[in-house]
Amino acid sequence: MAEPFTVFTSAVVPIPAENVDTDQIVPARYLKVTGKAGLAEALFRDWRFDEDGSLKEPRFILDRPGMTGRKILLVGDNFGAGSSREHAAWALTAWGVRAILSTSYADIFRNNSLKNGILPIVVDRVTHERLFTMLATDPDAQLTIDLAEQGVLLPDGTTIDFDIDPFAKRMILAGTDELGYLLAKDGQMDVWEAAHPARVDTLAGAR
Amino acid sequence: MTAAVPRTIVEKIWSDHVVTQDPGAPAVLAVDLHLVHEVTSPQAFSGLRARGIGVRRPGQTVATADHSIPTTDRSLPFVDAMALAQVNQLEANCAEFGIPLHGIGDPGQGIVHVIGPQLGLTQPGMTIVCGDSHTSTHGAFGALAFGIGTSEVEMVLATQTLLQRDPRTYEVRVDGRLTPGVSAKDIILALIARIGIGGGTGHVFEYTGNAIRALTMDQRMTVCNMSIEGGARAGLIAPDDTTFEYLHGRAHVPTGAAWDAAVAGWRTLPTDDDATYDKSITIDADALEPMVTYGTNPGMGIPITSGVPSPDDQADPGQRRALERALEYMDLQPGQAILGQKIDVVFVGSCTNGRISDLRLAAGVLEGRHVADGVRLMVVPGSDEVKREAEAEGLGEIFKAAGAEWREAGCSMCIAMNGDQLQPGQYAVSTSNRNFEGRQGKGGRTFLASPLTAAASAIAGVVADPRRLPGIETLAPIGGR
Repeated sequence: MAEPFTVFTSAVVPIPAENVDTDQIVPARYLKVTGKAGLAEALFRDWRFDEDGSLKEPRFILDRPGMTGRKILLVGDNFGAGSSREHAAWALTAWGVRAILSTSYADIFRNNSLKNGILPIVVDRVTHERLFTMLATDPDAQLTIDLAEQGVLLPDGTTIDFDIDPFAKRMILAGTDELGYLLAKDGQMDVWEAAHPARVDTLAGAR
Repeated sequence: MTAAVPRTIVEKIWSDHVVTQDPGAPAVLAVDLHLVHEVTSPQAFSGLRARGIGVRRPGQTVATADHSIPTTDRSLPFVDAMALAQVNQLEANCAEFGIPLHGIGDPGQGIVHVIGPQLGLTQPGMTIVCGDSHTSTHGAFGALAFGIGTSEVEMVLATQTLLQRDPRTYEVRVDGRLTPGVSAKDIILALIARIGIGGGTGHVFEYTGNAIRALTMDQRMTVCNMSIEGGARAGLIAPDDTTFEYLHGRAHVPTGAAWDAAVAGWRTLPTDDDATYDKSITIDADALEPMVTYGTNPGMGIPITSGVPSPDDQADPGQRRALERALEYMDLQPGQAILGQKIDVVFVGSCTNGRISDLRLAAGVLEGRHVADGVRLMVVPGSDEVKREAEAEGLGEIFKAAGAEWREAGCSMCIAMNGDQLQPGQYAVSTSNRNFEGRQGKGGRTFLASPLTAAASAIAGVVADPRRLPGIETLAPIGGR
């Protein structure tokens, strides 16, 4: 279960590439874990490290001075494409990411992020450009993310409003997980199941 | 009496599975079948244990080991201790929670999206989920099937439900007739090349049109499998007689009067005349060529006789940067022909193209021929049953005689978790679904293509057009039983 999502202020890590797929966020060879811990070192592994485990030169943005501790990513369109691996969200969480700004996200990645307390904020193209331009001028610009008010406060005092599914907002603000919500629907599921007999029985021996 | 509002198949399946929905909340959607594999499930089972809860419906759940297992001789060791530990953990979890497992050595073992249909567990009108994005494969049967994350795997294990917003619908209409040498894989690669890998985000594809109707079930699965590569979590095809013929007699399919009743129900699923979609696109099957990707996502695909696109021709700066980076990774030049590009490895297999009819196509090309010097051809069946079937038909002998490695079932080099991988800088023609950087091994370079194109390329030692093979006409129509 994620921590309740509170207002926070952070500088931003820009990763302008479009269509960043989850194989880049966490390469498949790191999916052999049976827990969630320790995935920070797998994050963007092959963009950050050479074969021998040393940092690439020039360094990938995450490993440049001053990036550690930043909680916001600004990324290109369709971030998180491809595989359903929730390891991508776990690795981002482990690195410290709490919010992402982009024009769009792949569906499964967006769901996985929300379930791990990472807020995937969608902005329009003009705003997206404006944010990259702002960071080009001031790489250490601080943004304040206020989920309750659905706003991103910029250093110039302006606010970018964003939309979010009201249910997801409620869950992530409270740090509540959806499983608790679903378990409470147990009685309704009993009723549904009584009216809809199981279509298959995987336990039945093959004929 | 007012006429019912016309509905798409997606809307019919959806409304049939909504358990309840609070105002402002997503629907609680019932899941008919939950498929489980070793990679995306261990943390979900740990979550159940931490809460002290069980699996609500073990009989609607089935597991297999496919991603990280060796596809060499099964007596050989796993690639590393972690892979072995993960498969052992799956076995322990299934035993503890009472879930049937088709593990290594079980005749039902195979890639999760191959065994579901093969066992008759995948049926029309169902909701099917798995912690795997290629769950869209099962949409070929007219099921609403989609990939989920591990948190959601835990939810389905615990409650047999998920929280879902109703999806938008996207009609992909494919009319006309495929020409010899062009197959289902080329349809889906052409779609993704047109709409891009985010084109279907937020939508479910419904594939319609007479070119889709003409496809066998194996071919329909190839198309639906890569829906996620177009950004759609699910893609489906309304069931018809082809579907029912495939299912009849399979292990978990109803028999006798129950079969007749099931078919009668399934016949009500197709989208009503006059139902509308949120989006639509039309593809002309006659105009399709074999497709091949040149870049680092599945949307970077071209007809095989075309040249590699040039970054200079991209109006959008983001797309220009992406193309420049992709061509640098692939070490390809703008404008160069993709035909004739030297290759090192050919991979035939995966949940996209690892079924018996895919192997028949590859074998048809390879029979009496030999893999080019310096090229490694791996043929990896999608399941143990596919392997047995292929051997009974003599396909295994054809592959071996052609100089191919004829291996055991699993995901293998599609995801390269099990040690089956490209070396840095190598080029592969692969029948799998993803050509992302490093997907088939760190530094490896992937050209996605059909089994026909893959087999033709293995013989030529370069990317080759299967339409130039003598006798290609006799291999079409593709793959019929």
